[in-house]
Amino acid sequence: MTTADRLTGPAPAPGAQSPAERAAGSTVRKRPRPARSGRRRRRAVALLYLLPALLPYTLFAVLPLLHTAYLSLFDWDGVTLPSFVGLDNYGRIVTDPQLRAAAWHAGALILFFSVLPICLGLVSAAIVSRRAGRRGTTLVRTVLFLPQVIPLVAVGILWRWVYAEDGTLNQALRAIGLGGLTDAWLGSFTWALPAVGLIGSWVVSGLCMVLFLSGTQRIDPEIYEAARMDGAGPVREFMAITVPLLRPEFAVALSITVIAALSSFDLIYITTGGGPGNSTVVPGILIYRLAFGGGAVGVASALAIVLTVVISLAVLVINRLSREAP
Amino acid sequence: MTSPTSTTRAVTGRLAAPFVLALFMAAVLVPFASLLLAALQPAGAPLTGFALPDGLHFENFSRAWSAAGFGTLLRSSVVIALCVVPAAVVCATLAGYALATLDVPGRGRLYAYLLLGLSIPTEGTIIPLYYDLRAIGLTNTVPGLALAEIAAFMPFGVFWMRAHFSTMPRSLMEAARLDGASSWATLWRILLPNSRPAVTTLGVLYFVWSWNQFLLPLILIQDPARRTAPAGLGFFTGQFGVDVPLLAAATLIVIAPVVLVYLFFQRHFISGVLSGALKG
Repeated sequence: MTTADRLTGPAPAPGAQSPAERAAGSTVRKRPRPARSGRRRRRAVALLYLLPALLPYTLFAVLPLLHTAYLSLFDWDGVTLPSFVGLDNYGRIVTDPQLRAAAWHAGALILFFSVLPICLGLVSAAIVSRRAGRRGTTLVRTVLFLPQVIPLVAVGILWRWVYAEDGTLNQALRAIGLGGLTDAWLGSFTWALPAVGLIGSWVVSGLCMVLFLSGTQRIDPEIYEAARMDGAGPVREFMAITVPLLRPEFAVALSITVIAALSSFDLIYITTGGGPGNSTVVPGILIYRLAFGGGAVGVASALAIVLTVVISLAVLVINRLSREAP
Repeated sequence: MTSPTSTTRAVTGRLAAPFVLALFMAAVLVPFASLLLAALQPAGAPLTGFALPDGLHFENFSRAWSAAGFGTLLRSSVVIALCVVPAAVVCATLAGYALATLDVPGRGRLYAYLLLGLSIPTEGTIIPLYYDLRAIGLTNTVPGLALAEIAAFMPFGVFWMRAHFSTMPRSLMEAARLDGASSWATLWRILLPNSRPAVTTLGVLYFVWSWNQFLLPLILIQDPARRTAPAGLGFFTGQFGVDVPLLAAATLIVIAPVVLVYLFFQRHFISGVLSGALKG
């Protein structure tokens, strides 16, 4: 907070949540103010500022979501008259093996999109932050963020070429004498899902590392000094200081990557399209197939609603956990 | 540092950091290098992963640009981004300003309502968006896609601009009010000139998200002549999956604008993503 803030007295803290805002409101009320109509006019004007954001958001995001919920109660092929079926579409999500497979795959993708990159990012950030100089940090950050910037479709094409039968990976395997292990990775029932998952790891690992690296710079070096005085080794230091103090970064990394894993579509669409067989179908792919080719708009809508609810719950839980005092 | 073991440990400790960094950077750059080399190979030649081409065959790029139509696709993407980015930045700025500094009735509830959108995936809205926009004739049009993107990007923008305006010194706004400035004048003359970094970051993020958006244009734009570049790339992959040099060149053309914007504004982009931006 700047000196100017302190001088003005009971102004709310920057970025404070609603309690502070309510407190600010009461201080405003204590002051002598113009007639009531003036305040009402000001409040009306304030709403006008919000309108350009609220209008498109409500019309093209919130109402469509509600409409999806409505459609999920019908059996509809997209052309003929829809017929009301109640919650039957949700029942199908639990029983249909294809839909259950999609849920499993989304769960497996969390392993590759969240768990693996966060572990990798944490450990490497801990190692890197121990070096003295910070030369070349900008270059490192620029390169590590590159996968975040390019469209996932392009990422998919990049990796199709890496995984292709004559691609980079098989070439590397042959070069080190492991030619027997080569495979058509994205066409294999065993390997397609891990192969696609590792593309996700590639996209977010750099982000996680840079995120944790910026977090470690916030930690007071004196804490490490004290730990070293007490004879803590690098591993103890990592587990007892670095990991707990990186809680806020942890929450950001987890929400970004879990959302990316659960709502993944672009990457799968371009690399495997859900195949071979159904070995890489995820909810996004099924929603696309069912609604825009399969003539099962109702089931697709139910799946979309379940997906939205699961993502919202996940974000809620992650934020709760991060806000609890360590 | 007397025993030899502790010296070795110190040396490995000092080498570990550059080693880890080099490993990470190589992991990012090798697939790019592999694709770049593929794009320079003669068309239709049998390819293996990482091979130097015999000469530089830039004709793949001109083939992708004209024959495969990526020049047109790029232009559609530019048009969409030019509609979405300024409009979304203005809407988010106005709303963020009101929520941070003005006396908005039901402020907390309105803000929560907007933040809800942060966890709505595109899959949750795409089905009715298609049927409803088609019913009012907005599929296959620039406004239809642009409005859908603006709506999807709005929650983060409002969150971002509100956070920014609440960190600005209150005294600045008090002084403006005492001078008799309206809320509009306070925003335009006093706050915005001091908000260049926050607005630039939001603009850069919006550009990247708009450019990279795939599911919305894939569904909302069915007319091949009006597709955006990534959606075009998606269809192209299905059609010409085997002509690797052409596909590689097309991919590089599609990612070039977004990579250039990123390299130019990388500090802004990284700070935006690190503070919790969710990839659109």
